[in-house]
Amino acid sequence: MKCNISRLIAAGLILVLAGCSSKGGPQGDVAVEDRSADGENGAVTSGAYGSGDFSSYSLNDPNSPLARRVIYFDYDSSEISSSDQDLLMQHSGYLVANPVQRITLEGHTDERGSREYNIALGDRRAQAVERVMELNGVLPEQISVVSYGEEKPAAEGHSEAVWRLNRRVEIVYQGQ
Amino acid sequence: MTEKILRKLGLILLLLAAAQPVHAALTIEITQGIEGAIPIAVVPMGWRGAGSIAPENISAIVAADLNRSGRFESLPDSDLVAHPTEGTQVQFQNWRMVNVDNLVIGRIEEKAGQQYNVQFQLFDVFRGNQLTGYSFTVGRGELRRLAHHISDLIYEKLTGERGAFNTQIAYITTSGSTANKTYTLLVADSDGYNPQTILTSQEPLMSPAWSPDGGRLAYVSFESKTAQIFVQELSTGTRRKLVSFKGINGAPAWSPDGRSLALTLSRDGNPEIYTIDLKNNSLKRLTSNAAIDTEPVWTPDGRSIIFTSDRGGSPQLYRIPAGGGQARRITYEGNYNAGADISPDGRKIAMVQGAGGAYRIAVMDLGSGNTRVLTDGRLDESPSFSPNGSMIIYATDVGNRGVLAAVSVDGRFKQRLSLQAGNVREPVWSPFGR
Repeated sequence: MKCNISRLIAAGLILVLAGCSSKGGPQGDVAVEDRSADGENGAVTSGAYGSGDFSSYSLNDPNSPLARRVIYFDYDSSEISSSDQDLLMQHSGYLVANPVQRITLEGHTDERGSREYNIALGDRRAQAVERVMELNGVLPEQISVVSYGEEKPAAEGHSEAVWRLNRRVEIVYQGQ
Repeated sequence: MTEKILRKLGLILLLLAAAQPVHAALTIEITQGIEGAIPIAVVPMGWRGAGSIAPENISAIVAADLNRSGRFESLPDSDLVAHPTEGTQVQFQNWRMVNVDNLVIGRIEEKAGQQYNVQFQLFDVFRGNQLTGYSFTVGRGELRRLAHHISDLIYEKLTGERGAFNTQIAYITTSGSTANKTYTLLVADSDGYNPQTILTSQEPLMSPAWSPDGGRLAYVSFESKTAQIFVQELSTGTRRKLVSFKGINGAPAWSPDGRSLALTLSRDGNPEIYTIDLKNNSLKRLTSNAAIDTEPVWTPDGRSIIFTSDRGGSPQLYRIPAGGGQARRITYEGNYNAGADISPDGRKIAMVQGAGGAYRIAVMDLGSGNTRVLTDGRLDESPSFSPNGSMIIYATDVGNRGVLAAVSVDGRFKQRLSLQAGNVREPVWSPFGR
């Protein structure tokens, strides 16, 4: 049974439209479009943020889209790809449904260039992600931002293959 | 007066260095020698006291200092034709035969109460006369520093330039695995000896900056999982959290009068340059635009601040009045110029210049704008001038390890400083008088 629910969640794409007044109270104020592609049961949700849709259990499910928590960037860029925009929508949906859940967005860069400039670049990336999530209805108080610049690489080495892994923003769920 | 200062410093050093083993943390290797280095003979000093050797090999320290400057080449011990320790013993024709321009001799004598009398003399071999000579009495813990002071005196006499051997460098090391790194901020003598741990952390440490009097270090610490700037008193280890605003707190830089710090804060939305008064913590914002503004450094006259900004599309260096005002771009070569340090005379800027996939240290003359690339690594960063302006120390990567390197400002002399284990980065050379 757990399997079914997770497949349901995995298959269901809930698009939350952030309307003009969405920041304050989500109940009933925001139109929700339910796009369930490939759902095994033609997934249907009831209510704007049905409590069963994004249970905290799904944060620990390796098959859930929420399992992917890293956004990658091109060199010297803070632009978010469209597939990453989709990923951010997933995470935003969860956070909107769980307004006491907080995250930290950690910004990182590859090792090239001067360190404090890289702190600023990492911050720019994390803020870009924060903006997308807030546009998707996540409350500002749910998000904190920190930039580590090049100081905490995910991988060591001096090739583009390594650098690409370090130009990232990590979504860290607090208390998980 | 020198002796009094050395005595005071000696006490402090004894307290700090008491537990430190006397070996080099950083080993120094000269990678590109200089033509026209002055040939000099530094004869081992005579020793009168308990035991067969003196507690410090002062002549070896002096020879190493002089060699490390790139301006001198000392005769190897095995090539010394004689071992005079008194002026009367010197036969100049012996030294002319081995083609040295100058000769240094001396003697150390142990006195009561763990004091040592050190005397040295510097000779011009061709003219056959003494150029200078001094006598000092210092405690045991001050002998290394005295040796560096002697190097300074010899260097100044023979080059006309102030020596920078009696100085220190602050730097950061990392060790451990990617997921479990230890970050350490240290201060060592500029020859790599006497490393002292200032702070160790499991979270990043960055951007050390010496106060103008050399008594404090400002630095960035992520120990609370977010960037904060601390100011730590070196003699006591006590520290104060200076700023901890929301967002970035970074790139601390001391004003020449030691009364303010310039720094980077993003509390107002994106990284901007601010100055903070150390007495009353009042903040003044200097820049105001949506771009990244960071890495401030003061000109020695205290009137301007040079900083990195990408307001033009990519990182370049700009100059702004220290009290705020219009920022003017000062770098025009290439599309990446960042991480500036300014020479003590205010005439040159060292920076990280990116071009063709490599990041190198370049020096720009502020008056003419002429720029020259001094290094040839691929990941060179963090340039810092010596307090006499003759050398630049920086961080680079050799064989996948972070090491430090130094290059003379004219680019002709190069050396590498490596840690025995771990990675070194972010070197900052102390002011004079440390």
